[in-house]
Amino acid sequence: MYGGGYIFEETKNGSPENEDSRKLEIFEARIAAGEKIEPTDWMPAEYRKQLIRMIEQHAHSEIIGALPEGTWITRAPGFRRKLALMAKVQDEVGHAQLLYSAAETLGKTREDMINDLITGKSKYSNVFNYPAVTWADTAIIAWLIDAGAIINQVANSKGSYGPYCRALERICVEESFHLKYGHDNVVFLATGTPKQREMVQDALNRWWPPIMHFFGPSDKISVHTETLMRWKVKMASNDDMRQKFLDMYVPKIWELGLTIPDPLLKKNEETGQWEYTEPDWQEFKRVINGDGPCNKERLAVRRRAEEKGEWVRLALLRSEEKYTVPLS
Amino acid sequence: MSIKSLDPRITRENLPEEPDSKPLENIHHWQTYEVFHQTKKGDRHIHVGSLHAPNQEMAVILAKEQYSRRDKCVNLWVVKTADIFSSGYENEDIFETTPEKTYREAGGYKVMDKINKFKKERKQQSN
Ligand SMILES: [Fe+2]
Ligand SMILES: [Fe+2]
Repeated sequence: MYGGGYIFEETKNGSPENEDSRKLEIFEARIAAGEKIEPTDWMPAEYRKQLIRMIEQHAHSEIIGALPEGTWITRAPGFRRKLALMAKVQDEVGHAQLLYSAAETLGKTREDMINDLITGKSKYSNVFNYPAVTWADTAIIAWLIDAGAIINQVANSKGSYGPYCRALERICVEESFHLKYGHDNVVFLATGTPKQREMVQDALNRWWPPIMHFFGPSDKISVHTETLMRWKVKMASNDDMRQKFLDMYVPKIWELGLTIPDPLLKKNEETGQWEYTEPDWQEFKRVINGDGPCNKERLAVRRRAEEKGEWVRLALLRSEEKYTVPLS
Repeated sequence: MSIKSLDPRITRENLPEEPDSKPLENIHHWQTYEVFHQTKKGDRHIHVGSLHAPNQEMAVILAKEQYSRRDKCVNLWVVKTADIFSSGYENEDIFETTPEKTYREAGGYKVMDKINKFKKERKQQSN
């Protein structure tokens, strides 16, 4: 799973104008021709920087995203569901591993990334700062948050950076299991007893606002965004991805007789676009900057895990071995 | 004050409300390994990705977790990334030799026309 709405930062000193124009021209021509950029290739400093930021945020989202669902493993209703949820959570942590490796090829070490996560310097997807209150929340997460993640990841897998694309291809295969598993869980509850229906409706009500936040605010059309799109770092606008999500999943929610807590939500048949209540972006900002219901818990749990695992990593370390950046 | 979670196991950990903002001490990284995966005995091994591991044995164990959770796999190779010597994309031109290489290919040799012509001539001569 992952979260959308990457935070791309506008930077001054990394602007492409400072780059060797000949090299930049070749680089851009290769991307335009659909070639992949590999770790040892020349790339603009700004490209490297934005990619590190994006892939690192993605990796953090996978590892933190494992926490709200992981909480429910011990309380999963039944053995098969417990096996499936363990498999999904393990996949998510595996996704983080693949993505950290991809980011490492750009020159940032894994320890630095983990440190930036647990000190709150790096971001991860905002949705994981909300709690999974009941079992039904895990069903909604696995279905709809993963659905959002898939839309984002499929788009990004057609990007320009080779190691990231290859990691995403592996990830997308596993995400299709997450989506099916999540849908199955939601359908089970929605077609079950009145109590089960109520549970899943409540969970949907809780998760709808974070889901609408998931792809991030409308992109500012700036030169910066245009550059990122030309370099195939950013593959689709946040609004386009949100529209695609609504197109694919609103009908599937409605067919189960569930209601979406937004009275304005409807498809405008003339424009083909979904209309909805503008998500509360103040709340989004507030939560992403640390003031959500679970931010502290997520970071504290992650930090404790790092601290507890440190002796194992140290015990197995051989001082004569030298770290090498992964190849691809 | 420690963190109160919906998950009693987390509450029992007594995690501080204000997590320490100090970074952890950077310990040295484990070595990275490149992983090759074989789906069927007799097939070739294919590169599937990389991972961090402290030694070869652990690399195999972690590769199994990371790269063969559900795909069929009968064998894994792990190779230290540092031991891979690559031709390097900056030297890509070493592969550009003569553009016309049909002399190296089976398809570059077509003899049937000549044989047929030869046979036809022989037949005419003997008539
Ligand atoms: Fe994932
Ligand atoms: Fe997932």
